[in-house]
Amino acid sequence: MIINNNKFKEPVEILNKTERVSSFKEVEFVLSDSNALKEAQRCLNCKTRPCVSGCPVGVKIPEFINCIVNNNLEKAYDIISENNFLPAICGRVCPQEKQCESKCVKNKIGEPVAIGRLERYVSDKFIQKNNNYKNNTNKNSRKIAVIGSGPSGLTCAAELASKNFQVDIFEALHTPGGVLSYGIPKFRLPRNILDSEISKLKNLGVNIKTNIIIGKSLSIKDLFDMNYSAVYISTGAGLPKLMNIPGENLVGVYYANEFLTRVNLMNAHDTNYDTPMKIPEKILVIGGGNVAMDVARTAVRIGCKEVFVMYRRTEQDMPARRDEVIHAKEENIKFLFLKTPVKFIGENNILTGLKYVNININNNKLEPDYTQEFELKINNIIIAIGNNSNKILFESEHNNINFEPDGRIITNTETTQTSMKYVYAGGDAVTGAATVIEAMGAGKRAAEQIQKDLENI
Amino acid sequence: MFKILKKEILNNTVSMMKIHAPYISKKALPGQFVIIRIDEFGERFPLTIFDYDRNLETIDIIYQKVGTSTMKLDKLNEQDYILDIVGPLGKASELENYNKTIVVSGGVGGAIACPLSRRLKELGTHTEIISGFRTKDLVILEKNMREIDNNLVICTDDGSYGRKALVTEILQEKLNKNKYDLVVTVGPIVMMKAVCELTKKYNIKTIASMISIMIDGTGMCGGCRLTVDGQVKFACVDGPDFDGHLIDFDEAITRNNMYRNEEKISREKYCNLKLL
Repeated sequence: MIINNNKFKEPVEILNKTERVSSFKEVEFVLSDSNALKEAQRCLNCKTRPCVSGCPVGVKIPEFINCIVNNNLEKAYDIISENNFLPAICGRVCPQEKQCESKCVKNKIGEPVAIGRLERYVSDKFIQKNNNYKNNTNKNSRKIAVIGSGPSGLTCAAELASKNFQVDIFEALHTPGGVLSYGIPKFRLPRNILDSEISKLKNLGVNIKTNIIIGKSLSIKDLFDMNYSAVYISTGAGLPKLMNIPGENLVGVYYANEFLTRVNLMNAHDTNYDTPMKIPEKILVIGGGNVAMDVARTAVRIGCKEVFVMYRRTEQDMPARRDEVIHAKEENIKFLFLKTPVKFIGENNILTGLKYVNININNNKLEPDYTQEFELKINNIIIAIGNNSNKILFESEHNNINFEPDGRIITNTETTQTSMKYVYAGGDAVTGAATVIEAMGAGKRAAEQIQKDLENI
Repeated sequence: MFKILKKEILNNTVSMMKIHAPYISKKALPGQFVIIRIDEFGERFPLTIFDYDRNLETIDIIYQKVGTSTMKLDKLNEQDYILDIVGPLGKASELENYNKTIVVSGGVGGAIACPLSRRLKELGTHTEIISGFRTKDLVILEKNMREIDNNLVICTDDGSYGRKALVTEILQEKLNKNKYDLVVTVGPIVMMKAVCELTKKYNIKTIASMISIMIDGTGMCGGCRLTVDGQVKFACVDGPDFDGHLIDFDEAITRNNMYRNEEKISREKYCNLKLL
């Protein structure tokens, strides 16, 4: 067997900068066949499989990589999709450097095996294949309602549908996908990839009912009255966190959700669409996570000339995926680290600038220096400091689901059970904003628990 | 897809549609609204639910042709379909436990004023309506309002119909004569601001209905936010009704005009396309 001792990841082609900043084309290309093989040959196939422990859904990583080495890509795909219903998405958006790749023994001498890129490589080859999730036409009479069609809901629905349950997903927006659709931009997750992954569900016989808000159009009780045996809540975290500093409502201050929704969901930057959009010359994004990177890089693409990101900690502390930060820098986005806003300044209710202070970090504690305030002239600021869970669901009459004051649903983490019988919850609605793969993990656990609980009645 | 069952022209710029919307019709309450997307290029925009029929599974909406979306909506006719409608959104108006109220409506705000007045009357509240319009040609829903309040006062800015007065002048006359424990106001923000400034002097609780720029309508985008009593509120989930004495109206006016230029460009483009 050939072992590749290269300390570093095999190169992957990325879109050139000029094309990037003028389009929404995907930035990173899929690995070439030869580089994918060489990259797979970097894997030591450790017996202890540390990488698997870093994966929230437990993909059998060394096994699928070994299949690439043996040139059996179809089997590699089958192995991945045993545990992961949305591999083409995870290969693109998972923070692998914090998960599987962080556990790779190769880190000791250089870079880890590019597990994410290999997952994507395999998945893109078989995007239309539906192997491990088979549509059993012999459905049993049990109906399950899934609320929300983001990664957690899609996964739970797929698991249950392949176990012969009839599954209906209720989606509040006009299109499925949740944060994958309204949040993550096309240059990170092309819509044809998302559509293919969602179409797998339709092939499994799952119905996605759009334009229905549970808590408004229907209540949890209505769902049980409609003969659903169990309900899985995967409504995500869609409520923007406020900065709670003066001037937050000035015209020119936006939340990331609004900015991203206008572009990703409504195509507002395209004049063929009716949703209006302002394209400012200069924009400041507040935050250091993936959403902040998505906003900043989207701003560049719709034509903003100068884009700044202000983050209260250092570059190393940024929760964003490393690749996204690197790409953002390549796209001429300027970073202001160790600074935090204290006041939005405006005239006649319109934003004209931002007052901010420097931050010192002492023993990992943030200490803003309020003795000296700085001012930045700016007319457009986008707040991307995170999201809370949406409480609209709890407007359902006769529900007795317990939740935290910030809206997160209280569950048994292992079983995903809520305080209401036959109602389960997972994903960002329970954890607060986290990752796609963790949300999927919860969807999977819920499906297993629902199956178990319904066997006994 | 949502079928348009009936279309009725109320005046040159305002029409009503009866739409088959089973889920929404079953849950709708006065004061709530829907969000509509007409076709795949459409924007998501809010419209008040004027009426609903739980048995026939229909909702009625009223719209004024002011921008691209409402002009597009107006292109549709009976038997046509609207791509997306979601709702009912927002909190239902809290109208219980009042004795004597005045509902002050301006222009197409009557589309909300009517269901709220009807609800107040159902609750046994004495309800008087003042309905203002710019001019005679724009008067809508007179019959519906008169069914609720036989002494309905209609006024126009130019005196071409009803009394030549502003709604606030008539409101002041009423407040000087009788005691009321609630005023409800629906209409242009500038009008609601004037109404609230007046009722504040009389110390009468006032509810203002603030349906503003929205996308999702579920608290996600934050585009609809306003300041109430110094706090950030989202009109879509915390409202649309707010205590009129605590709303920062000047800010709301600026926010509501946020996309005025873009909307103008879009409307002109749409109108030019129609001429081709």
